[in-house]
Amino acid sequence: MLFRNITSPHTIRPNDVTTIMLRVILALVPGIITMIWLFGWGILINIAIAIVTAIISEAFCIKLRGRPIMPALSDLSAIVTALLFAIAIPPLLPWWQTVFGMAFAIIIIKQMYGGIGYNPFNPAMSAYVLLLISYPADMTSWVSPIVLNENPLSFMQTLAAIFGGLVPAGMTWDSLSGATPLNSLKMALNQNQMISEIRTGPLWQGMIGGYGWEWPSVAFLLGGIWMIYKRVITWHIPVSMLGTLFLFGLLFSLLDPEAYPFGLFHLFSGGAILGAFFIATDPVSACTTPRGRLIYGASIGALIYIIRTWGGYPDAVAFAVLLLNMSAPIIDHLTQPKVYGHGSKK
Amino acid sequence: MLTSILVISGLAAAFGLLLGYASIRFHVEGNPVADKLDGLLPQSQCGQCGFPGCRPFAEAVACGEAQINACPPGGEDTMIAMAEMLGVDPLPMGEDGGGEIETGIAVINEEECIGCTLCIKACPVDAILGATRQMHTVIASECTGCQLCIEPCPVDCITLESIEKTTETWSWALPGSPEDIADAAKAVKNHE
Amino acid sequence: MNNTATNSKRQLWKFHGGIHVPDNKEQSSRNSIEPAKLPSCLVLPLKQHVGSAALPIVEIGQRVLKGELIAESTAFISAPIHAPTSGIVTEISDALTPHPSKLASACITIKPDGEDKWIDIAESKTNLDELTLDSLAEIIGNAGIVGLGGATFPSSVKASTKNINTLILNGAECEPYITCDDRLMREHAEKIINSAAIIKRVLGANECLIGIEDNKPEAIAELQRVVSKSGHSGIDVVTIPTLYPSGSEKQLIKILTGQEIPTGSRPTEIGIVCFNVATAAAIYDAVTSSRPMISRIVTITGDGVKRPCNIEALLGTPISELIAQAGGYSDSAEKLIIGGPMMGFTVETDQLPLTKSVNCLLVVSESEIPTAGPGMACIRCSECASVCPSSLLPQQMYWHSRAQNLEKAEEYNLSDCIECGCCSHVCPAQIPLVQYFRSTKTAIDEYNEANAKNERARLRNEARTARLEKLDAEKREKSRLKKEAMQKKKAAAAAKAAAEEGGKTPEEEAIEAAKSRVAETSEASKPRNTENLTAEQQQQIDQAEARRKADSAEPSSASEEK
Repeated sequence: MLFRNITSPHTIRPNDVTTIMLRVILALVPGIITMIWLFGWGILINIAIAIVTAIISEAFCIKLRGRPIMPALSDLSAIVTALLFAIAIPPLLPWWQTVFGMAFAIIIIKQMYGGIGYNPFNPAMSAYVLLLISYPADMTSWVSPIVLNENPLSFMQTLAAIFGGLVPAGMTWDSLSGATPLNSLKMALNQNQMISEIRTGPLWQGMIGGYGWEWPSVAFLLGGIWMIYKRVITWHIPVSMLGTLFLFGLLFSLLDPEAYPFGLFHLFSGGAILGAFFIATDPVSACTTPRGRLIYGASIGALIYIIRTWGGYPDAVAFAVLLLNMSAPIIDHLTQPKVYGHGSKK
Repeated sequence: MLTSILVISGLAAAFGLLLGYASIRFHVEGNPVADKLDGLLPQSQCGQCGFPGCRPFAEAVACGEAQINACPPGGEDTMIAMAEMLGVDPLPMGEDGGGEIETGIAVINEEECIGCTLCIKACPVDAILGATRQMHTVIASECTGCQLCIEPCPVDCITLESIEKTTETWSWALPGSPEDIADAAKAVKNHE
Repeated sequence: MNNTATNSKRQLWKFHGGIHVPDNKEQSSRNSIEPAKLPSCLVLPLKQHVGSAALPIVEIGQRVLKGELIAESTAFISAPIHAPTSGIVTEISDALTPHPSKLASACITIKPDGEDKWIDIAESKTNLDELTLDSLAEIIGNAGIVGLGGATFPSSVKASTKNINTLILNGAECEPYITCDDRLMREHAEKIINSAAIIKRVLGANECLIGIEDNKPEAIAELQRVVSKSGHSGIDVVTIPTLYPSGSEKQLIKILTGQEIPTGSRPTEIGIVCFNVATAAAIYDAVTSSRPMISRIVTITGDGVKRPCNIEALLGTPISELIAQAGGYSDSAEKLIIGGPMMGFTVETDQLPLTKSVNCLLVVSESEIPTAGPGMACIRCSECASVCPSSLLPQQMYWHSRAQNLEKAEEYNLSDCIECGCCSHVCPAQIPLVQYFRSTKTAIDEYNEANAKNERARLRNEARTARLEKLDAEKREKSRLKKEAMQKKKAAAAAKAAAEEGGKTPEEEAIEAAKSRVAETSEASKPRNTENLTAEQQQQIDQAEARRKADSAEPSSASEEK
């Protein structure tokens, strides 16, 4: 009898890229829902714009490279990038900026380096940084959840704002948008206000991370823990990153509680938790060895604290991640595990 | 204005002195580039490059007197390795040397050998065993396949035999390589 | 952590990584080992072991008896081949064997005559208790025993090492589907334990550890029972957690002793010898009955055979006949794998002989073991590194293998890869990692060999150039000396001529010289002491004169004698 010829091992494979990406998307859902509830329809519309742009850009590039489109798109990695990018940008960002950023991320940062698995930089964060540097005013004007609470924007109104730049009657852009809690904290600190004073403001009202930012962070934390349980990511990067950030916050706030916010604040404000579980753990651009991952996460945490406290930008997750993406290969090279049979020397 | 001229001149002089000193103090004897190039070559000593052996060819390339694509037994791999070492662009094979390179082992047909020792004298690595009016034979493990022995034989009893793959010398094909694709296609065909 | 036969808590260690794979062992382990039917022909490859191929000592048409030596060992690391049954040698030629290359290699083909007659084996006179290291190694070598776990390393080499303090028997059988060792331990536990006792004593080991995975409770119980009953001391049956690849020698040694074999060395260099339980049983047979190894137990399983089972089959039996004995193919048979699913290889035909290395025939359908699709791009998730039992970085080895950057691949310790398949199994992008590593390992070996050959060629070329130069130099030196000598002679003659007066011509000088030479010789041949002769002396002279005159009168006879 004649048989077919295949290569070993001959087993039913348990893992699959599409399944991994689906799980990431699933873990993002609670956080996204929370954000929509707090920040309005803008988040959802941005997600839609980003996904459409990502798919079109990726299909375009794959076609240019002469590869079949469906297998390449079916790994859902473009959709995950789109989601992460859409969550990071302000809800009312003009649509063309979203498109521009997303196209940049997919075409230049991902496909031009070789496609999935070959990009040294995190595409979502690269796009975020591009927009932040190019359009700083638009990128730092977030919608205030408190304002939205009193004057919720309907779906159509949000569409008009994003696509047309129109605000509903009776409101102005200034009244609608405002700085993030991190941003306002930084500005206030620069004016030598004290932490205890700042925290009596309306954005804080007894919250740890600032109104509108705390609850999504908790939701992302739950999603992240589920991903670790499902072995989509390992614990090394989130724990080392958040741990270092918290430690720095603790140390400095003990030194001078009025000049530096306390540890937990740093964890729950801004994109720290989103970054720890979803962005820094992007396997393609992160470190791969266990010890390397600990160093990678810790360095990101430290950098986030440094840039937030003494740097020019309010939130530092994107910059810290990109800087460490550059360093990942050398960290990997220096942290190789001890191979069986090689004794104490490498 | 004067200060900047003086400073630049001073720096130039200082660096020039430093370089001069370094070129004398750290001068390397011999020709390390030729040594390294010689290490890349296949050592068939066949002369197909136009030089009497691999070492003269390596020295010529190091001086810029020979092209790196002149070595047929080394093939494209050796040419690319040499290009990398010298920091030059690779040249296409086949300009000076032949396109397809035949590799194999020389085999003497013992029925026809007349014991003239012409092939023994021709072999650049002394891989043929024999003496006058005694049987000649090629030491297979030392033969480099340079084919220099084939012509001198007056009875044409030397042939180049290709090296067959046995179960000892076979290896798995690299996935995605032409051999691998050919294997897969053959397997599908056999099955149909 | 786990109990032993002596009920002492034994510490176990862990190795990095490893995967849990479904066992799939119940299908074939339910029934006891069946003997095989006599096959229609036997094909015996000359190389069924690591090392040099055996050399045939029989001829075509020769009748051989069961157990007769038909090919002898050719080196220290080599093994002989014996006839598995009586019959006639019909061919000594190339035939297909179970090898992933699908190439043929040299084999001896025997057509059984149906009598199955044993050769007369001289009873071993050695008392088991007096067995020495050398005699044990000789018995094992003569019996043709090689590692039956799949590695086929000649056991005589392993058994001839000194300074061993731990003997390990490998009953782990970690690969899914395979149950031949399990059944052997359940049915022939005494052989294994007695063999362990003999080998332990001969090697001088302090302890013997039998490592078994905990998914074989009956085997563990049976071995423990036999150990307690036998009263042998120092033999521990150790239960280890089921984790692939615990049965790999390196990993098993780490689990049982906590030690790691240094890279590039064998376990004997740290005082440990490891035998598969089937090899140990074969050694017992060889030592007690002096019979060579002519059969092995093979598992035939998968949903592609109607009746999965274990068969004790003669070496050289065609696989098609073994599968027929296992009920034949079922309708869903689509792939035949030699070995287990993790490390085995597929073959295209079942017209192959059973060899010493085949421990399992796995016939499956596409649904039971789907063919992996073409690999996608690596997403650098590092799952591979987290399961590698050797703590390697398969991802890095993959990148460098793909680029055929052999030096870098070796830098990442590609040679330490045991090709267990854990990394390929967990890879989400379904990249055939093990095939990359196997291919690159061979490429590295070929590259090193080619470099060594080039180096030799270079040295030979230099030696030849030096030799030719030396010959040249000698020739030139010789002619130079000759020239010098001639010139010296000429100069001396000229000086002589200048010194003599009158300046005679050369011819006159030659005549003068010749005259003086003749005068010298005639002077020398003149008789001396001819004055003052005594009367006796004068008489002798006169008699000699008379004889001389008589001789010269008959010159012809004198010249004929000459």
